[in-house]
Amino acid sequence: MDQFTINLLFVGASFALYIGIAIWARAGSTSEFYAAGRGVHPVTNGMATAADWMSAASFISMAGLIAFTGYDNSSFLMGWTGGYVLLALLLAPYLRKFGKFTVSEFIGDRFYSPTARIVAVICLIVASTTYVIGQMTGVGVAFGRFLEMSNTNGLLIGACVVFAYAVLGGMKGVTYTQVAQYCVLIMAYTIPAVFISLQLTGNPIPALGLFGDHVASGEPLLMKLDAIVRELGFNEYTAHHADTLNMVLFTLSLMIGTAGLPHVIMRFFTVPKVADARWSAGWALVFIALLYLTAPAVGAMARLNISEMMWPNGGIEGGAVTTQQIQEDARYDWMETWQKTGLLDWEDKNGDGAIQYYNDKDADLQAMAAEKGWEGNELTKFNRDILVLANPEIANLPSWVIGLVAAGGLAAALSTAAGLLLAISSAVSHDLIKGSINPNISEKGELLSARIAMAVAIVVATYLGLNPPGFAAQTVALAFGLAAASIFPALMMGIFSTKVNNTGAVAGMLAGLTVTLVYIFLHKGWFFIPDTNSFTDADPLLGTIKSTSFGAIGAMINFAVAFLVTGMTKPIPQEIKDLVESVRVPKGAGSAQDH
Amino acid sequence: MADNSSTNAYWSANVRIIKISLVIWAVVSFGFGILLRPALSGIAVGGTDLGFWFAQQGSILVFLALIFFYAWRMNKLDAEHGVSED
Repeated sequence: MDQFTINLLFVGASFALYIGIAIWARAGSTSEFYAAGRGVHPVTNGMATAADWMSAASFISMAGLIAFTGYDNSSFLMGWTGGYVLLALLLAPYLRKFGKFTVSEFIGDRFYSPTARIVAVICLIVASTTYVIGQMTGVGVAFGRFLEMSNTNGLLIGACVVFAYAVLGGMKGVTYTQVAQYCVLIMAYTIPAVFISLQLTGNPIPALGLFGDHVASGEPLLMKLDAIVRELGFNEYTAHHADTLNMVLFTLSLMIGTAGLPHVIMRFFTVPKVADARWSAGWALVFIALLYLTAPAVGAMARLNISEMMWPNGGIEGGAVTTQQIQEDARYDWMETWQKTGLLDWEDKNGDGAIQYYNDKDADLQAMAAEKGWEGNELTKFNRDILVLANPEIANLPSWVIGLVAAGGLAAALSTAAGLLLAISSAVSHDLIKGSINPNISEKGELLSARIAMAVAIVVATYLGLNPPGFAAQTVALAFGLAAASIFPALMMGIFSTKVNNTGAVAGMLAGLTVTLVYIFLHKGWFFIPDTNSFTDADPLLGTIKSTSFGAIGAMINFAVAFLVTGMTKPIPQEIKDLVESVRVPKGAGSAQDH
Repeated sequence: MADNSSTNAYWSANVRIIKISLVIWAVVSFGFGILLRPALSGIAVGGTDLGFWFAQQGSILVFLALIFFYAWRMNKLDAEHGVSED
């Protein structure tokens, strides 16, 4: 069987499974559509949360980001897991106690203000839409490579599958498909990692292998990696080169953003009790950690493998890989397969029949290049997003592993896309339509409008997926900035302060959102239109703070403005104080909505 | 709802547990993983130093421990103050 058939088999089987689950778990009521009838076991919910959470960015991009930057990109690892501590301690149990369907509904009720609810809905839709773009691009990349079709067609097929199970099943269908998708994606991620770790270090656990010894040289793996990348003129892998202030703010923005992302928070509405919401956050992080503890090992080992493949005879001394070797040696087949996607490319600039891969911006290597007659780095294109997908081929693993990785990448992207689309559609149908436009809508009418909203959201997401701004992971980082600056502070103040009032909350959210959006647009272009930016992340407006790290500052502005404006306006009414008091204690969950 | 004095005691106990947990959360990630890494550079771990390990592994493991500790501690606190759901 050829590789294409194997990939088709794995992807086809996984898609059939998701659709089967969707038909089995159709939603019949709004409670099932929005919160899976609140009957999801905490461990099941943890697993679904993990799949909901781990996106194309986590699965496809993150290891690549770490591989080519090293220690400096540890922010992604700490940021995308540390947010769960905030979620578990500061938000999840209280929002579950509140017992409603959407994040914006809590903000609207707690701040007794339809305006607050609308502002929250807008923040939610903007953040979720930005985030969904990254998932759709990820789907396109995975299809493009594994099923040899164009990005556009791949994206359209992916959109149809999400449409089938998200529109039919709502939260109930999405929850159980996400459990299946988690199993597929975690196997797809860890199995190749275990193989590679065994090859390189002899240790079957990648997270331990990363700190173990490299079998071939007997040196510690990371020391070996540092040596080889330094020889090629790149930054040492384990060293700290990034600006410290920006690294701290970026990590913090990812953490606060994670805790403020509505599609993740929503998952905690599905468990039966407040205590379950606390445990469930822990289980979610267990399932997430399985991938996140493996990712840095995948990144480091792939970087070592690639560097050694480009210099197969023991570093620069032994000479670069020849073009003939790339064509004839089966170990280099992956380069030719990936060249077809346009994401990887090389060019023998000096016509010496070999491909020299090195950092041509490094002074020492430039001197060496002049001496040896090299004319620049000849591995001209290496898109970081392909690293995880190409990894099994680079390490020469059996072809079923490659098929599994294809299904895993798609599972990661689709499960997150479905969660986001659910957040968007429930905000539209529950907050906008039932909440303000037509409060008397029947249950059946609301369910229908939720499904229509979902369908529209899928169409918009598909369009944006075809015209995306930048790398998958960077696009996602912007969504975090928005969630961090707008939603997280409002929720936290709603629970932990009995003082912050309607005007304060609205002013805070608007200030946080506006300042963050403007800062991002100034650096990435207005509405992401190319060439309309006044600054770049290489030379940002404020000191060393990149637009992707601004969410934490946006959050601080939100807090400050909310408290300031509250101090100048009318204190909150007694019944809202009572509402806050009731949200704080688990007793009576379910009756909380009678206030 | 439980009476006010008990609720207040419950809430301040909760806030105290949260504060302690968040200090640990910040120390392992922003501290050991980033800002204090130079200070920990003397402690070697598998070809690199302890700060690198915390940034890529240790912080995540501590986060896990924190969430499970909090869930366990809060369920106990709920029972002590008679505010659990059942």
